Amino acid sequence: MRSGGVRARWRAFAAAAALLAASVVLIALAWAALAPIEPASRDELFEIPRGTWARRMAGDKVEVLPDTIRLTLGINDVLLLRNLDDVPQVFGPVLIMPGQSFRLPFEVASTYSFACTAHAKGAMNVVVDPGPASGWPTLRWRARQWLRRSS
Amino acid sequence: MPFLRVASPLLALLLGIAAAVAAAPAPGFKAGVFEPPRQAPEFALRGSDGSELTLARYRGKVVLMSFGFTHCAAVCPVTLATLAQARGALGPAADGVQVVFVTVDPERDPAPRLKAYLAAFDAGFVGATGTPEALAAMRKGYGVVASKVPMTDGYAMDHTSSVFLIDREGKLRALMPYGHDAKDFVHDVKLLLAK
Repeated sequence: MRSGGVRARWRAFAAAAALLAASVVLIALAWAALAPIEPASRDELFEIPRGTWARRMAGDKVEVLPDTIRLTLGINDVLLLRNLDDVPQVFGPVLIMPGQSFRLPFEVASTYSFACTAHAKGAMNVVVDPGPASGWPTLRWRARQWLRRSS
Repeated sequence: MPFLRVASPLLALLLGIAAAVAAAPAPGFKAGVFEPPRQAPEFALRGSDGSELTLARYRGKVVLMSFGFTHCAAVCPVTLATLAQARGALGPAADGVQVVFVTVDPERDPAPRLKAYLAAFDAGFVGATGTPEALAAMRKGYGVVASKVPMTDGYAMDHTSSVFLIDREGKLRALMPYGHDAKDFVHDVKLLLAK
């Protein structure tokens, strides 16, 4: 009789623990799906390191900016270009002085093309995607970020 | 002192709100911003009014400078129409704004043609032309690109389509990429005029 009572209590305890764990997971998922994404910074930073010009002059093919940059509204929708080199540099669409930065915000999801002599094709594209909507898209976005950070 | 007991937390709350408002970052530009801003490169070109055109001539005004050519079929007319619309929306404040249109096609854009072309958008716009060498040197200072593109009936010019925003002290503050509408220019010009 006594062992049956202990077993029943353990079963009840295990069921309560499972329920609690399930609740925690559900709450976490609900938070991940519904809580707004608030990044610490919306800047997507690209820097020309010091000595880049000298390396290029020496024949080294230095690529700082990709041909296409992808941004997401509300998350990383500010393109921040910084020239840490000792000489002025054409960086994407602009001429940036040594030590100077250029901060370009985007407010509309679209594909932007800029003339850029630093690229072989003579153009740089910035693809701005809309921010994920609340619910499943936000949950999926958070999951992807989590996977990217863990890998 | 019941009044002080009630008023003190209220006063502290109001002071806190005032401090938070004062510490809030300045409203951002719609254009891309240079940090820190540098002095905009000076130039001496021929104005569409026939006189010498320098940047220093417009010290005290906000200068919106774009590059283009009068035979342009798409980008230049849209940019100039947008700037004209922005100046119209600014009302009396438009007196503090000067639009300068620098040709990238001096072969086909003499001063009288520039003047007639710009007047169709806004009589207050000023055009700038010069020798190919002077214009090329000027473009280099601003990081502007321009190149001829052969067409079946002549040629077109491929060029930087952004508009440069220069403040009243002659500092190059921002660059508005092509595609922004007039209200974005109005927003940023107001920020520059307020300083």
